[in-house]
Amino acid sequence: MIEVSHLHHSIGRRPILRDLSLRLPRGQITALIGPNGAGKSTLLSLIGRLVPLQQGRITLNGADIATTPSRDLSRRMAILSQHNAPGSRLRVAELVAFGRWPHSQGRPAPEDAGHVAAALEAMGLSPLAHRFLDELSGGQRQRAFIAMTLAQGAEWLLLDEPLAALDMAHARGVMAQLAALRDAGKSVVVVLHDVNHAAVWADHIVALKDGALAAEGPPAQLCTPQVLGALYDMPLQVMQVAGKPLILHHLPG
Amino acid sequence: MVRSVVRSVARPLIWLGLALALASASYLFWGLSGPRWSFVLGLRAVKLAGMLLVGAAVAVATVLFQTLSRNRILTPQIMGFDALYLLLQTLLVAGLGVTGFASLGSPARFGLEVVAMIALALVLFGLLLGRAGQDKGAQDIPRLILTGVILGVLFRSLTGLVARVLDPNAYAVVQQAGFASFARVDATLLPLAAALVLGCIALALRLGPALDVLALGRPMALSLGLAHDRLLRLVLALVAALVATSTALVGPLAFLGLIVAGFAHLLSPAPRHRVLLPVAMLLGALLLVAGQTLFERALGLQSALSVVIEGVGGLFFLWLLLKGKLR
Repeated sequence: MIEVSHLHHSIGRRPILRDLSLRLPRGQITALIGPNGAGKSTLLSLIGRLVPLQQGRITLNGADIATTPSRDLSRRMAILSQHNAPGSRLRVAELVAFGRWPHSQGRPAPEDAGHVAAALEAMGLSPLAHRFLDELSGGQRQRAFIAMTLAQGAEWLLLDEPLAALDMAHARGVMAQLAALRDAGKSVVVVLHDVNHAAVWADHIVALKDGALAAEGPPAQLCTPQVLGALYDMPLQVMQVAGKPLILHHLPG
Repeated sequence: MVRSVVRSVARPLIWLGLALALASASYLFWGLSGPRWSFVLGLRAVKLAGMLLVGAAVAVATVLFQTLSRNRILTPQIMGFDALYLLLQTLLVAGLGVTGFASLGSPARFGLEVVAMIALALVLFGLLLGRAGQDKGAQDIPRLILTGVILGVLFRSLTGLVARVLDPNAYAVVQQAGFASFARVDATLLPLAAALVLGCIALALRLGPALDVLALGRPMALSLGLAHDRLLRLVLALVAALVATSTALVGPLAFLGLIVAGFAHLLSPAPRHRVLLPVAMLLGALLLVAGQTLFERALGLQSALSVVIEGVGGLFFLWLLLKGKLR
């Protein structure tokens, strides 16, 4: 379980998170949703220790992330941020192999190759393994980065808008892949823009607004016109399709 | 499979090594005759050692700097590192006076300059690069380039200002340091410079795999558990020491590193630093030694090499800019 308590964070003088406390359950897919500027990415970066904590405490399965060595954390948690641009010209397989760094420290063992191959296979990238990253489409590149976090073999996966550059088919493919990982015992925290993906695939939804917790709970409980309408400040309709909530956010209200 | 990989990695290194050996031999022995040949050979050996050191130092410094700024167009020189070194030297002359400066002895003076250079580079560029890595807009490369250019101008203007209040003798000492010339390698500096350059290169090679991770950028490096900010500062210190050494030996070389690093990335079969750094080192040394042999022995021109390198390098820089290869 990831436990966040009394988190304050500001960039410059602008407060981004205000006294935020929440728990992210283990072994589930948790979706972070909320309007632009709600603090979703900041929260994810703080959990992933990409940004130093200003005030508050975060623990990962009981270990305080501020005091646990970064290398230990890297074996338990992998974070993929929104903007990734490696400085060197890499092939897909080379990028994914970097995911083994926490274990190999630059001296790959025989079993590392197996993890890399499995991660490539899981993201459907085996045929592209020897292509250069800059020769791929945005969606393929995004899958390569996700494959790298998979290769890291960590229990926790933190993904910041992994669907951003993906078409419908690949977006659903990635969500299905995350669900398969959850079934295999991983814990996934994912920032999502499209509430419909959250409604269908997530086990638990955390809604942030203005740096504070607006609502949390299972999709069935959160995906109602009242809760989402208040979250995004817009009237919207919610239908049920095949037992899942479908948010009609694009229809004029 | 493994064998073919090893072979493909080793091949450019072998060819570059052979070419460098050939160039060095022809620099040393071409036209060597007359009764005082051993004296001439000694002079040439000092210059050759200086060129090998400077070529390797500039190449490694540039590759390292491009890795930590994650940009193929920036070099420490474009960011004003050598201007900072010249400013330090001018300040030393101004502070100690010519006699004080001279009585320090070149190794002691050089040591002092390197330490001051590392400290200043860490403060100035550490802040700049650290901030660039943390911000949301991460790689704000135009800002980095602009800041570097402005810092360079600032350092040069401050150097000019201090030089203006110096007395003419002191000014002559300072002015001499401001131009690149392979003819003025200081033999007393060589042992210390060699130790420093070789030490820095050995450390960079040891850090090779970690540098590969550093090149992925801050978020990915942190996710993989790399002590990113600490490594960034260490690499910056290495760059500062290498630039200080090469500037102390032959003076400022703005574009040598850019050419060498650019071709090293083309020639290197893998983007791994354990391959990239040796390729760049050999290339840098080869370019200097072969160029100097050509100009000094074949064409009889003493100081044309640095001018040609700067000219070609400047054009290469413009070409990179115009092609939009900002990354």
